Amino acid sequence: MLTAQEYDSAARPGRAIEELLDVASNGQLLLALVARNVKVRYKRSVFGVAWTMVQPATMLVVLTVIFSHAFAPRASTYALYLAPGLILWHFFAQTTSIIIGEVAAGVELWRRMRMPKTALAIATTCSGLLNLGLATLPLLIVLALAHVRLGVALLTIPVTAIITAMFALGLALAIAAVAIYFPDAADLYQMLLIPWMFITPVIYPRAILPLRVQRLVTFNPMALFVDAFRRPMVDNTVASPASFGIMIAIAAATLLIGWLVFTRCADDIPYRG
Amino acid sequence: MTSLIAVDAASDAVVRLDKVGVRYRMVIDKGLSLKELIVRRHRRRIAEYEALCGVDLEIRRGETIGIIGSNGAGKTTLLRLIARVLYPTSGRIRVRGTVAPLIDLFGVLHHELTGRENAYLTGAVLGLRRHEMRKRIESIADFAGIGDFFDAPLRTYSAGMMVRLAFATATSVDADILLIDEALAVGDAAFQRKSGARIDGFRRSGVTCVVVSHDVHRLAGMCDRVVWLDRGRVVDVGESGRIVQHYLATSAG
Repeated sequence: MLTAQEYDSAARPGRAIEELLDVASNGQLLLALVARNVKVRYKRSVFGVAWTMVQPATMLVVLTVIFSHAFAPRASTYALYLAPGLILWHFFAQTTSIIIGEVAAGVELWRRMRMPKTALAIATTCSGLLNLGLATLPLLIVLALAHVRLGVALLTIPVTAIITAMFALGLALAIAAVAIYFPDAADLYQMLLIPWMFITPVIYPRAILPLRVQRLVTFNPMALFVDAFRRPMVDNTVASPASFGIMIAIAAATLLIGWLVFTRCADDIPYRG
Repeated sequence: MTSLIAVDAASDAVVRLDKVGVRYRMVIDKGLSLKELIVRRHRRRIAEYEALCGVDLEIRRGETIGIIGSNGAGKTTLLRLIARVLYPTSGRIRVRGTVAPLIDLFGVLHHELTGRENAYLTGAVLGLRRHEMRKRIESIADFAGIGDFFDAPLRTYSAGMMVRLAFATATSVDADILLIDEALAVGDAAFQRKSGARIDGFRRSGVTCVVVSHDVHRLAGMCDRVVWLDRGRVVDVGESGRIVQHYLATSAG
């Protein structure tokens, strides 16, 4: 890093702190990486950024056709219930998968230049949030056109999105750290994502579960995030302050653990491969 | 002129290594996986490999120092230590000043992005702000000399063009210490002359250069001093002509 004027290997602060300071002093790098992510996505297809919405939109249509009769009286009601959860789940699954892949691919990059190793992951989370915003806006328009009651509850949407992003980043960093030593941890995670989605009330309403199972679902952080994200768009309500407190605590703890684990292992990355 | 600066600042160490060791941990078994670890409770066999061992070295401000040695001697590891890509597993390294590393295809960041976009991104990695990069971008394009390809995606580049872009970008920043790994030997003859001239320019302006190359004659010509590494240890350090002669005599016999 060009900006490091004095470097003494004997006087390195703790890894987690060092990384934090490194990232904090490299705002221009984060911005450049976010711009890169957006540009690359834009270049990869003629649809451009709209591409982000294609996968959740397809899922939305297919799931609506298949499940609307099972879970809701009308297809349109079901689609409007389904869409917010699906978008948030898509954001979570995409962001974590991309970060884990990037850390694995970063080995080559980090061998030849010094950069904060969490920079790619943070930038991916930020561009993921941007995509999430881009997917949520048209949904809000559709909701408004469908005469769904919307109000100030919508203001909690960005808050929930950021909490989910913190959780995603922390989890991805932790798994990426394990994958440094055991590459199949990444595959294992991909495998677990599918059942995880099914134990999260994304495509079905939580209320259809037996009470005992419902209580178990509470231990799934994604169930909390999806619920909090969906409420303002479905019935113009917000999750309780207590629920937000729990969500913030889970997200912060996950991010902290992920950060500590990853920065502890990150020095080993250039040795692998 | 060069020697004047070097002598003048002889006591001024910009890089200092004290008993530096780098130990790589390598996993021997193939197909290592979490699954195996859980299912078979099988312990990994890990081999340790000492890439560098007890290296003491002082690099002085403004000097050009070459590193020679056979493959696996630890030359690139030494550069990576100075670039802070690797950290020592023992000992201590201190670096004073900004470092611009030119190690392999430095500067290639994304194959879908154009040369221009990659240059901007590399600048960001090196700590340059966008407006600082904007001032340099035309001279980077000019020096790379790849014409319209500068605005084409990197996947369309030939290997030579990648090197040209990487070299032009990495050397566009004002660094106190320039690390060069084999970059001299790539590109066509014209570009080699051009890049050689640029490095000479850096040396004249007082930039400390650390050069790794297998072309020992070239090193003897351009370096003030040479470090000879063998299997991670320093065999000798000193005036370039003497070390290179000694090295050639030993490796021939």
